[in-house]
Amino acid sequence: MGKAMNLKKAVAYIVLSLLSFLCLFFFYCLIINATRSHPEIAKGFSFLPGKSFGPNLYNVLHNKNLPVVHGIVNSLFVASASAALSVYVSALTAYAIHAYDFKFRNAVYLFIILIMMIPTQVTTLGFLSLIGKMGLMDSFVPLILPSMAAPVVFYFMVSYFQSNLPLEIVESARIDGSNEFFTFNYIVIPIIKPALAVQGIFAFVASWNNYFVPSLVLKSNTKKTLPILIAQLRSADFLKFDMGQVYMLITIAVVPVAIIYLCLSKFIIGGVTAGSVKG
Amino acid sequence: MVREKKAKARKKISYSKWGYIFLIPFFATYLVFSFIPLVSTFYNSMFENYRSGLTQIGPNFVGFENYISIFQSDLLKYLGNTVILWIIGFIPQIFFSLILAVWFADFRMKLRGSTFFKTIIYLPNVIMAASFAMLFFALFSDDGPMNNLMIRMGLIDSPIRYLTTVWGTRGLVGFMNFMMWFGNTTILLMAAILGVDSALFEAAAIDGAKSIEIFTKITMPTIKPIFIYVLITSLIGGLQMFDVPQVLTNAKGTPDRTSMTLIMFLNNHLYSKNYGMAGALSVILFIITAALSLVVFFILTGAGKQKGESK
Repeated sequence: MGKAMNLKKAVAYIVLSLLSFLCLFFFYCLIINATRSHPEIAKGFSFLPGKSFGPNLYNVLHNKNLPVVHGIVNSLFVASASAALSVYVSALTAYAIHAYDFKFRNAVYLFIILIMMIPTQVTTLGFLSLIGKMGLMDSFVPLILPSMAAPVVFYFMVSYFQSNLPLEIVESARIDGSNEFFTFNYIVIPIIKPALAVQGIFAFVASWNNYFVPSLVLKSNTKKTLPILIAQLRSADFLKFDMGQVYMLITIAVVPVAIIYLCLSKFIIGGVTAGSVKG
Repeated sequence: MVREKKAKARKKISYSKWGYIFLIPFFATYLVFSFIPLVSTFYNSMFENYRSGLTQIGPNFVGFENYISIFQSDLLKYLGNTVILWIIGFIPQIFFSLILAVWFADFRMKLRGSTFFKTIIYLPNVIMAASFAMLFFALFSDDGPMNNLMIRMGLIDSPIRYLTTVWGTRGLVGFMNFMMWFGNTTILLMAAILGVDSALFEAAAIDGAKSIEIFTKITMPTIKPIFIYVLITSLIGGLQMFDVPQVLTNAKGTPDRTSMTLIMFLNNHLYSKNYGMAGALSVILFIITAALSLVVFFILTGAGKQKGESK
């Protein structure tokens, strides 16, 4: 029994190490190549970093054909605004379901779960013609406002309220004369801060990485977000491009999110399960 | 007493209205940005509406003609591509996720560093798919680092031209999807296994059941709803596959459109403003995903019911 268990453990460690190696290896290659100059990269693979991190960063930020600085600012703005709106409105919606007893409460809850899995892609055609009529083409508004209706975040928030917000707190706030909106903003929101943070990060990452809709909405060069610029890099004539800059731009798109994730991974991994089926 | 009763009655009436008020932002947004677009997509699918050179054709009402022409185009080929790409990623994904979930959830194994491993295997999930594809394109290009490394290690004699072969391209797409999603699936399945009453596992172990028997007779049957949830949500995600093959093959689905997915096809129609065809394709995708969503819906609400009963 003991021997079998030790063998099983050894196999487990080997498989886990190999998979972890696989996950980290490509990022390692990315970061190494982002520090090497184009001729160094062309010469071949290396496990050791080069000395061109600074020049690569400078070159990609000053590239005349790719508005990278605009891309970073646009991505940051759209992702932050969507994340903030998404978590606030989802919490408000979940609070309505959790704290109030009204006639259609259950129906509303079931309806939101029902629409949860419908992908945005299938409504994109209607979405594009609508925002065209509203004069919102090539604007950030249609990328930010729709995040207020986020059924997945709502579902997570409802579960969180059920286990973390006793209604007695709401009751006592009422007795103290707090109005409902005030109670939500100044009593409920502070209690659910951890959940807001986790879902905020998920929403930020989803928006930061989003490519399909932004590529159809944003037209002018200075409005483009990072995923569009990366795809543009792919469609440009590859061989004419400075590979150091290619790797650097990918690093810019990937590494900040990876660092935020690694700092908060404990909460994020907890949030993955809480937002889905309860075990 | 009387006053208290009055206060109570008033409370009931006045508070429920706040429930409706707090729902307004969500439903107003949903109505404008999802529901109206959905109806308009259905409506558009009935019209001939495209550009031929500089002239705009339509919109003219044509009934279901767009549906007929989309089936006569390469729709089924792209549906097949999408499903194949999904399966290539999903098989290793579910295989490794199940094994890892069982290991992580097994208290007797006392795996060290499981938090570390979980953090690492989930990492690719937060990476931008477009940049991940661009990274793979650069790393696996003909004279890229991967070919270079493998030649130097003596594994191959000449560079493998992954993106010129059907299965090289599909394999890379599947591999990327596997990497991005197996960590997520592992964590979901692990939570499901941890939710199983541990007395069941202990009793089986005392009776001398082997690990494989415990897995097939106890673990799998009890986590079946969550397993189906993972399967269906992954399939819905797979049908939406776009970023990775789009960037990897530069929107062309090369070679010979064998890695062109349904959403890439939709993107082409949207880009060229062929709204009739795009509408018909969207409606077909809507029907497929809506049917799959119903399964997820029953799992989610069914699991909730069970939980309520056990309380």
